[in-house]
Amino acid sequence: MIPAAFDYARPSSLGDAVEALTDAGEDAKVLAGGQSLLPLLRLRLAYPTVLIDLGRVPELQGIADEGDHIRIGAMATHDDVVRSPLVNAACPLIALATATVADPAVRHRGTFGGALAHADPAGDLPAVALALDCVFLTRSASEGREIPAAEFFVDYLETAMDPGEILVAVKVPKLGAGWGYHYEKFHRTAQSWATVGVAAAVHRDDGTIQDVKVALTNMGSTPVRAGAVETAVRGLDPHDATSLAAACDQADQGTSPPADLHAQPDYRRHLARVLTRRAIRRAADLEPG
Amino acid sequence: MTEQLTREPATGEVGRARRRKEDARLITGRTQWTDNIHLPGMLHVAFLRSPMAHAKILRVDTSAARGLPGVVAVYSGEDFAAEQGSLPCAWPVSDDCVIPEHPPMAVSRVRYPGEAVACVVATDRYRAADALEAIEVDYEPLPAVLDMTGALTDAAPKVHESGNKAFTWKFAGGDIDAALQDAPVVVERTYVQQRLIPSAMEPRAVVATTDGDSFTLYSATQIPHILRVMAALTTGIPEHKLRVIAPDVGGGFGSKLQVTAEEILALLITRRLGRPVKWTESRSEGNLTVHHGRDQLQRITVAADRDGRLRGLKVDLLADMGAYLMLVTPGVPVLGAFMYNAIYKMDAYDFTCTGVFTTKMPTDAYRGAGRPEATFAIERIMDELAAELGLDPLDLRRRNWIAHEEFPYTTIAGLTYDSGNYEAATAKAMELFGYEELRAEQAARREAGDPVQLGIGVSTYTEMCGLAPSRVLGALAYSAGGWEHASVRMLPTGAVEVVTGTSPHGQGHVTSWSQIVADALGVPFEAVTVLHGDTAVSHKGMDTYGSRSLVVGGVAVLRACEKVKEKARRLAAHMLEAAAEDIEFDAGSFRVKGTSAAKSIQELAFAAFAAHNLPDGFEPRLDADATFDPENFSYPHGTHLCAVEVDTETGMSKIRSYVAVDDVGNVVNPLIVEGQVHGGLAQGIAQALYEEAVYDGEGNLLTTTMADYLLPTALDLPDFITDRTETPATTNPLGVKGVGEAGTIASTPAVVNAIVDALRPYGVTDVRMPCTPERVWRAIHGSSS
Amino acid sequence: MPRITVTVDGVGYEEEVEPRLLLVHLLRDTLGKTGTPIGCDTTNCGACTVLMDGKSVKSCSVLAVQADGSEITTVEGLSANGVWHPMQRAFHEEHALQCGFCTPGMIIAAIDLVRTDPDPDDATIREGLEGNLCRCTGYCNIVRAVRRGAQEMGVNTP
Repeated sequence: MIPAAFDYARPSSLGDAVEALTDAGEDAKVLAGGQSLLPLLRLRLAYPTVLIDLGRVPELQGIADEGDHIRIGAMATHDDVVRSPLVNAACPLIALATATVADPAVRHRGTFGGALAHADPAGDLPAVALALDCVFLTRSASEGREIPAAEFFVDYLETAMDPGEILVAVKVPKLGAGWGYHYEKFHRTAQSWATVGVAAAVHRDDGTIQDVKVALTNMGSTPVRAGAVETAVRGLDPHDATSLAAACDQADQGTSPPADLHAQPDYRRHLARVLTRRAIRRAADLEPG
Repeated sequence: MTEQLTREPATGEVGRARRRKEDARLITGRTQWTDNIHLPGMLHVAFLRSPMAHAKILRVDTSAARGLPGVVAVYSGEDFAAEQGSLPCAWPVSDDCVIPEHPPMAVSRVRYPGEAVACVVATDRYRAADALEAIEVDYEPLPAVLDMTGALTDAAPKVHESGNKAFTWKFAGGDIDAALQDAPVVVERTYVQQRLIPSAMEPRAVVATTDGDSFTLYSATQIPHILRVMAALTTGIPEHKLRVIAPDVGGGFGSKLQVTAEEILALLITRRLGRPVKWTESRSEGNLTVHHGRDQLQRITVAADRDGRLRGLKVDLLADMGAYLMLVTPGVPVLGAFMYNAIYKMDAYDFTCTGVFTTKMPTDAYRGAGRPEATFAIERIMDELAAELGLDPLDLRRRNWIAHEEFPYTTIAGLTYDSGNYEAATAKAMELFGYEELRAEQAARREAGDPVQLGIGVSTYTEMCGLAPSRVLGALAYSAGGWEHASVRMLPTGAVEVVTGTSPHGQGHVTSWSQIVADALGVPFEAVTVLHGDTAVSHKGMDTYGSRSLVVGGVAVLRACEKVKEKARRLAAHMLEAAAEDIEFDAGSFRVKGTSAAKSIQELAFAAFAAHNLPDGFEPRLDADATFDPENFSYPHGTHLCAVEVDTETGMSKIRSYVAVDDVGNVVNPLIVEGQVHGGLAQGIAQALYEEAVYDGEGNLLTTTMADYLLPTALDLPDFITDRTETPATTNPLGVKGVGEAGTIASTPAVVNAIVDALRPYGVTDVRMPCTPERVWRAIHGSSS
Repeated sequence: MPRITVTVDGVGYEEEVEPRLLLVHLLRDTLGKTGTPIGCDTTNCGACTVLMDGKSVKSCSVLAVQADGSEITTVEGLSANGVWHPMQRAFHEEHALQCGFCTPGMIIAAIDLVRTDPDPDDATIREGLEGNLCRCTGYCNIVRAVRRGAQEMGVNTP
């Protein structure tokens, strides 16, 4: 199918991009990698009047070490992220989850920032960003903001960003030594979206789980932090299968999973419990990768 | 696996794993898909489609669209009402079969979502798409008719004035009441054959053009010859003024065995405008409007003695026709009718099928067409019967199948199976699979309460294919025959031009036919070319579907070669001054017995061309036409074994190993045969695990994209282990049986049987297809959604 | 209308395009490079995969204007002087195609895979091809072909 007509702007600086977006008004859309947007346009599910192409804005590129965190430019592609030695060394959960996004060709075009700003709760990266307490750096004509992940995802396909605001980069905290990671993605075919996904980071010390971060994909209109599980799991011996399972049985607390072609809510709740347990065990290095 | 490729090398071309002649252009992008065709002055057509399942069309206002840039014409159904005719159904299966009018473009009422209600003709595809949005249509919604059982009640809203029943078709063999009465064991089940979307990779496309007198229709079709006849009858364009070309066609699987609204309308539009027009389908348009497959509700009852011997089989089928009867819509379940009894002997068989109209896309042929449904039901219930009797599923089958020494065998359904060896195929499959070892592992996992359980699925299938026999098809009320035609021409230089009536779209006919000709005429494989898919070149034919091309069309090629050879023999005798009966043929050379005097077929071809010294009455050509119309179907069979690991916590099923041992008779090209089996397996497995066309409660199709209708990727399918037994067919001189559909027919029940087998300890006796993780999980936990 | 320059299979083009023009339509309809087909609307099928500046992309989900200044390689640009690319040859030898509609995208995706992993195992190959659907082959022969093509590419690339 074929998109409806739109105007096109290709700013070459962040300032120009913000200005173009502001000038274009509320029916403008930002074009990042386009891997979600272009199918929507082709199916005529969206009718933007103007597309602001961020592909040539240098400020949005790059992955940098900034001490206690790394900064991933919004326009870094999924492929850049997966292959980044920095990401793999300092924030491997990001690389693990990004490698499950779509397929290689889509990962060559799709961007880290685009996937997060799209805020699809079935997408893999929002839950990861939430689990890791990432911080979103944005820019509008009037100001730059830092938005914590916990506040960034507002509703289905909706973020805390204002219409004139552009996502510039994401700060991913380095968790340091002693952490293990896993992203457990459950889907019917390799191409299908996660029925449920679980992002987990586990810090083990002295045989017990000292700290844990867990967030869920596709268990509500936004990614969901599994706070009850995190509380219940802290201090547990990960080898204690019964206690771990009991703790993970709280994984669906506070979720409102959708009903769709691939699963009903009660099944998603069940999956969240099982997959959270598996993700934590894998992150704690108890099951082979 | 490639076992068969390393067997004893074939001495001739037939049997060799020749690499395909077709590949060169396909791997370099020098293809001619219909959408690639660009003609001077060509316009693009886009269709506006009904967003409703069922509605009256109150008004179609095209005026705003007409004025838009690039728009040449805008039409609604009213504009075509006087000339568009009705899309054909060639298979009125019974006397009571109702064939409703099926206008290519809806005029006053729409009966399925996606039905065309208007179209734009514009200078390019972008402007055509834009103008669609300016057409206004007022609908008065009518209730959707979605459920077959409900549709047959008196209170149901009617899809057509005549009601929702399309036909009833019955078959009875033996005394079913006697067989069921007092039977020690009776098992009754209901199986759901979900609706499938065939999903050939190439979307449909049509180009129509006219010089004012004659018309040419390019279409991504499997059936250029049938399409020509049907399009002529529908549009009134005289048959001899209509040429149909199937250029490169990117897969079909039955979905391009159709006479479509878009083909007819493209002809009507080019007739009106006098300019070439093109329409290319988008995938989301195709998911709505390419005919769907399957969609049957099967109630099946089997009666047996305590020792497992089958007494009788009763099948009561509801088949969803969708909103209209298309080319062979009603024939699909009828083709299945002869296959429920499968490879088994029994005393009685009773079959009833009711075709039901609903407000969904019409169903029609999809890979296997009726036989996969039948095979699924019988192979599933054989496993249920085995469980009931406490027998190994293979043991139960052994007790009932036709022994190899019993062939030819006339079944309870009235077919005569010419050949087969179920014992040999099963033994080979069990060995490749490691059947006993896997059963031991299964027992150990059950014993240990492993959360990942192992299941073993069996499918000992046969099928009827090679459609063909015209007489039988006629007896089943099919409107046409099933013969196939070929021409073989020796060219002056000694090259050979073959014209086939089959219409390949991935099957490799050019390669296989070349192998047949190379052996038959003793010419090099490279010296043969095969022409097809153009009614101006291939003037008669019955096209490609139903695993018929080799069994019927390949044999026609062989027969034409035999005729050419006889002519050549006569010419050789004349030139060598010998009697024709003293000429022996070997490897392309005609030799006078006991001498060294000989003429090569190439020399004879040139001599026939030069015509300087021909026998009296000998026409100056070395070519021949032949048709073949076998007297029987062919009956491939085989044993498929599938091991599935089921994660009982999540319900996810993963195929661990899959063994397919097929007997497709003699093999012309083992590489192509293996490829057909692989692809067939993929589609059959996909029905078991992944695919389903889903309509919601209002009758909207939810699976309109490939993001929603899940096709398996390379990661979702295992590496298949395939092998063959070779029991030649006795019904054709090549001894071949057909292979296009076997894999699809066999594999679906093998996978579901494996899943159910894994879950028997949990009391599970069935999982509805596709066996999604959620359905498996609910089956284990006894809840339904 | 924006003016773009793009190199396709070694030939430079300068075109005025509508912003909404898809790269695949630029290739097929504007430039006549019909070797790259279109199989879906949603980036699932991968039939339209081409190399853009050396990396695989789905040309149905890239705007022509986004390709401004880039170098595109389609299946039509893989052979050199009539000699098939090793991956093309491997697809032929292993019977890794039937109807051939997915083949251009499949071959491009395979070449991209080998670019990043010169010696992929079967699991890696299957992962690398997850964005390319084939309805004919069941993928077994495609996996074999990619393995073979990778080996031959290591030895000899035109």
